Amino acid sequence: MSRGFLESTAMRFARAITRAMLSDKTARRRGLVQALDPRVRVVGLLSLVVAVTLCRKMTAVAALFVVAFAFALLSKIDLLILVKRVWLVVLVFTGIIALPAIFLTPGTAVGDIAGAPVTQQGLRAAGMLILRVEAAVTFTTVLILCTPWPHVLKALRALLLPREIIAMLAMTHRYIFLLVEAATQMFDSRRSRTVGVLAGAERRRMAARTAGVLLSKSVSLSEEVYLAMQSRGFRGDVQVLSEFHLSVWDYAALAFFWLAAGVAVWKGR
Amino acid sequence: MHIPDGYLSPSTCAVLYAGTAAGWYSALRRLKRALLTRVIPLISVFAAFSFVVMMFNLPLPGGTTGHALGVTIATIVLGPSGAIVAISIALAIQALFFGDGGITTLGANCFNMAIVGSLVAYGVYRLISARAAIVSKRRVVAAAIAGYLAVNAAALFAAVEFGLQPVLFHDAGGAPLYSPYGLRVAIPAMLIGHLTFAGMAEAVISAGLVAYLQASDPVLLRGTSGAVEAASSVPVRAPLGSLRRLWIAVGILLLLTPLGILAAGTAWGEWSPMELAHAAAQSASSGPAVPSGLQRLSGLWTAPFPAYAPAFVRSRGFGYLLSAMFGVGGVLCASLIAQSVVERLRRRGSQV
Repeated sequence: MSRGFLESTAMRFARAITRAMLSDKTARRRGLVQALDPRVRVVGLLSLVVAVTLCRKMTAVAALFVVAFAFALLSKIDLLILVKRVWLVVLVFTGIIALPAIFLTPGTAVGDIAGAPVTQQGLRAAGMLILRVEAAVTFTTVLILCTPWPHVLKALRALLLPREIIAMLAMTHRYIFLLVEAATQMFDSRRSRTVGVLAGAERRRMAARTAGVLLSKSVSLSEEVYLAMQSRGFRGDVQVLSEFHLSVWDYAALAFFWLAAGVAVWKGR
Repeated sequence: MHIPDGYLSPSTCAVLYAGTAAGWYSALRRLKRALLTRVIPLISVFAAFSFVVMMFNLPLPGGTTGHALGVTIATIVLGPSGAIVAISIALAIQALFFGDGGITTLGANCFNMAIVGSLVAYGVYRLISARAAIVSKRRVVAAAIAGYLAVNAAALFAAVEFGLQPVLFHDAGGAPLYSPYGLRVAIPAMLIGHLTFAGMAEAVISAGLVAYLQASDPVLLRGTSGAVEAASSVPVRAPLGSLRRLWIAVGILLLLTPLGILAAGTAWGEWSPMELAHAAAQSASSGPAVPSGLQRLSGLWTAPFPAYAPAFVRSRGFGYLLSAMFGVGGVLCASLIAQSVVERLRRRGSQV
């Protein structure tokens, strides 16, 4: 049992790093979304996510889902990854949540499962929720997998997010990996020294102690980072370089994103 | 508790983004005033720490596991302003980089976990720990209870957001457009998991971390300890003092959300005798329509704004809005009065 707990935590860390590396790999491919200016990608794809939540008709949401799938294909995202890590996960997670709605939503009964009446409104509500979440998550995945993190940050700067927030997002992202590595090493070293089964209370104490050491490390790290920033001339003003240039294609793509979002919301109202 | 895209309507997302933006603005202002340059690395590393702590698989009593949010320990070390920013940054990275939690719902997630979570954790921790010594056991217990209640308060807010969706947003045929469950299903469904596993995980990690810091690095616990002499050695000096701005932000949010006007029906257990009689007549039950005790006691107190509809206002919508404003104003005034009384007592206490 204790091995299971240590291993499952270590696995979580490894999974997070793998996911981060995957997005780096896909972002380097030469696909449709990768070719666009990061600001256009962020603004355009986020507009489509908003459009997905605004649509009130299933056909419009389904059309946007097809657009999202086309973007994923044209951006050379592995279909297997999309199916396994996105669609199936969403289907299982949202499906479990949506399933009781087919019985609980009041409306016209269209049949029954094991004696419980299934309503037409319930089926529509469950279908709509699943389709909506699938479409929104597919757009978000296309954005995440095709855009390196520093570019997302620079694009957010173009959306007038305060510089301090951008700096914090960038630094947090960097230190997540450092702290994940530190935590993985702590768990690995503990695992290599653990023989037999630890009691529940001891496992909890161990997790809290590991988190405590990590917290102390984090605070001293922030002190070091602060001193390093000061020694490089940091006086409280964050500077962000921006070397993006919009081409005609970017304008055309942005027009397409907005047109698609607008048409979907108009038709799906 | 990370709400994905598609579960909440755009208007709910917009209202919660507005509320969260006000919370962020107020928290950043307070942090900037305290210590601008040091804040950026400290909050960043703490956000990274919270992110990693969320990945810790905690063994819980009963053989299950759960993971904490890290909001309570962030609040205890950084104070509510620092925690609001740090947890929001962690949630933003989860949504934008790992696809965990939606982008349109980021405002809602930050509102529930960062703002509500931090404020509840701070209030409960300060209330229970009072002026106990930094190394006191009482602080460990306070952290556990604060963690448990903060996670459950955040879950309750998420449940209410879910529960409002089918009431407010459905198509012409009555099928819900977003989350399909009303408050009666959403609240118990969310709270059962959080009252048992998630709340417990947060309690375990918060209490464990406070106990660890008491032994290894007690200086980190002084920021929110309430001890006057501690202020000079605190890493971030932001948390102490009034939360007036945040209260105002919450007030604005509440003013924006008199959503109940659109809700049909009456909340379960909140029927008036007339509604009860009407319901009994419809269900054709043979028993007495309205219990006599209820009938008698219901007339004891006549509210100035019965059913959120003041008699002197004709429009139902405007009456509801007026009632909401009156209610929120009352809560704000009471809290501001209480705050100024506490401040005055504290000042008098320090003068003696």
